[in-house]
Amino acid sequence: MEISLTVNGVLKTVDIADENTPLLWVVRDTLDLKGTKFGCGKAACGACTLHVDGEAVRSCSYPVKFAEGKKVTTIEGLGDRENPHPVQQAWVEEIVPQCGYCQPGFMMATAALLNKVPKPTDEDIDKNIINVCRCGTYYRMRKAIHKAAELQAEKVISESKEL
Amino acid sequence: MKLKPFYTFVSLFVVGAILVFANTPKISGYSHVENEVVNETKSDDSYNKMMDVLTHQRCMNCHPSDHIPKQGDESHPHYFGMARGEDDHGFEATSCNTCHQSENNLNSGVPGAPHWALAPASMAWEGLTRAQIAERLLDKNTNGNRSHQELIKHMTEDDLVLWAWEPGVDADGEPRTIPPVSKEEFKKAVENWFADGAVIPSK
Repeated sequence: MEISLTVNGVLKTVDIADENTPLLWVVRDTLDLKGTKFGCGKAACGACTLHVDGEAVRSCSYPVKFAEGKKVTTIEGLGDRENPHPVQQAWVEEIVPQCGYCQPGFMMATAALLNKVPKPTDEDIDKNIINVCRCGTYYRMRKAIHKAAELQAEKVISESKEL
Repeated sequence: MKLKPFYTFVSLFVVGAILVFANTPKISGYSHVENEVVNETKSDDSYNKMMDVLTHQRCMNCHPSDHIPKQGDESHPHYFGMARGEDDHGFEATSCNTCHQSENNLNSGVPGAPHWALAPASMAWEGLTRAQIAERLLDKNTNGNRSHQELIKHMTEDDLVLWAWEPGVDADGEPRTIPPVSKEEFKKAVENWFADGAVIPSK
């Protein structure tokens, strides 16, 4: 069956045998976007987090059929080297990753948080950023999340001045 | 002194006999009392079946009294610190729907059903007796302002309620347990209990 979805701003139509195939595998294997990672396959660790219509979802537990007609954003669509998303910029500045495997999921979860809570407290972070990092980079991530909030606020101010 | 127990027994017997005869219905009213007994038994049976379901983990795990959803047959707190949040759907960016969709996921073992969420705090049943649960169920202040008819509809037609009989598999791929009463029996029990006046037996 064919499923159409917009991935990182580009309309894609995929031909899929099983509509219950996790969105993760469609993104990685069909669309060749390898930034989103497989971790546990149980929606527990968050390594596969991406956005569907702006909401963070665990794509290993999200059947592709539910993405029909929706906007999917992966880590590749968040920003790039030339124009990094504030979260990506903060991650670089705070030198967050160790092995790095889980980091795209954390960054997507953080970007979703900042969309809802522009200036999150430590409590907001504890409640919303519940992904798992086996390297234990949580301390640096917390700093980076606060940093990302600052960068995003500066970006908003700067963009509003340009208007 | 030795006759005192005898007189006491006789006194109690006489008082008891007076009470029994005073309350014995006339022949014409006897069948009425018998019917009431039958109805009460039928209502209790419906009530018990309904409560066997409402107190089962598939229902109770999402009616917590501490704002923390529970998981599994042992009802452990939901992993990862998930909690009710402002609107019964978890937190701002990590909500129920971050993981739970509108149907069970048989690949990951994540359960799902339409409008997956915690029952509102007013419908907290965890730790209550059956009678207390029934009181909350019937009280419009704690049942979402539902009439009896609306409660029947909710309990017998809502997809999230009926999910209890199609709960999918867990993270190990094992089928989740279902309530001890079949879905059809439960629906009948709910309808009959309300039809019989929604009597809470302990009252």
